[in-house]
Amino acid sequence: MPTTTETLPIKMGDDIVRVRQRVRVRATEVGLSLVDQTKLITAASELARNALDYGKGGQAVIETVSEQRRGVRVTFCDNGPGIANVELALSDGYSTGTGLGHGLGGARRLVDEFHIDSKIGQGTTVTIARWKR
Amino acid sequence: MDSIPILKIGNALLVTIQVDMHDQLANRLQEDLTTRIVQHRARGVLIDISALEIVDSFIGRMLANIASVSRLLDADTVVVGMRPEVAITLVELGLGLPGVKTALNAERGLAMIGGVDGRDSTDDADDD
Repeated sequence: MPTTTETLPIKMGDDIVRVRQRVRVRATEVGLSLVDQTKLITAASELARNALDYGKGGQAVIETVSEQRRGVRVTFCDNGPGIANVELALSDGYSTGTGLGHGLGGARRLVDEFHIDSKIGQGTTVTIARWKR
Repeated sequence: MDSIPILKIGNALLVTIQVDMHDQLANRLQEDLTTRIVQHRARGVLIDISALEIVDSFIGRMLANIASVSRLLDADTVVVGMRPEVAITLVELGLGLPGVKTALNAERGLAMIGGVDGRDSTDDADDD
């Protein structure tokens, strides 16, 4: 069993709850510590909310990785306007919405891997992963 | 619509958050709390989050907003029961929750607010 994936829609508030629940199940299965689980789920919650609030919804792909490294990877894709200045968006205090502006930069600090790809007019894709120590 | 129960204990209001909060529920809680603070002349609000497995910036913002509004209505807000892993994660997220008082448990939180002395809060004028 190298990897298994599942795709969840992010179209309403309840979907964020579902993403958190599924990430927790996989993080537990793969053996992440409680602190690591909590960090990954919190980051996933931030990114799912970003996708819903600023990205007009999208989806989350949750992947259990159990090759050399064991962990969980989550990819969020939205259909939003894209982010003009990704570096700026990653800085603390940045927000275009009503959030505290910690979402993106904060989520990056909570995970081991963080990739963001955004194209104006096409949407944003963010991939995060947390590995078992 | 769902709502979160608010209990009155002495001069304080106690809210125990046990479910995954979504937007309407968070807004409803803020509105209900402000109404009850004024109605009961409450001196404090205890928010028990010991059941919450995570606190993200959405919940963090809700707690900060409740604390700000309560302060304007002359009530202290104390967040109690935060799990250790949640505290670690919040700090890394960059949310130290400035302006929000915390206590390890509801008992200590109540003591910060002024305890359960059974008096109506309007009697507090005697202290001056």
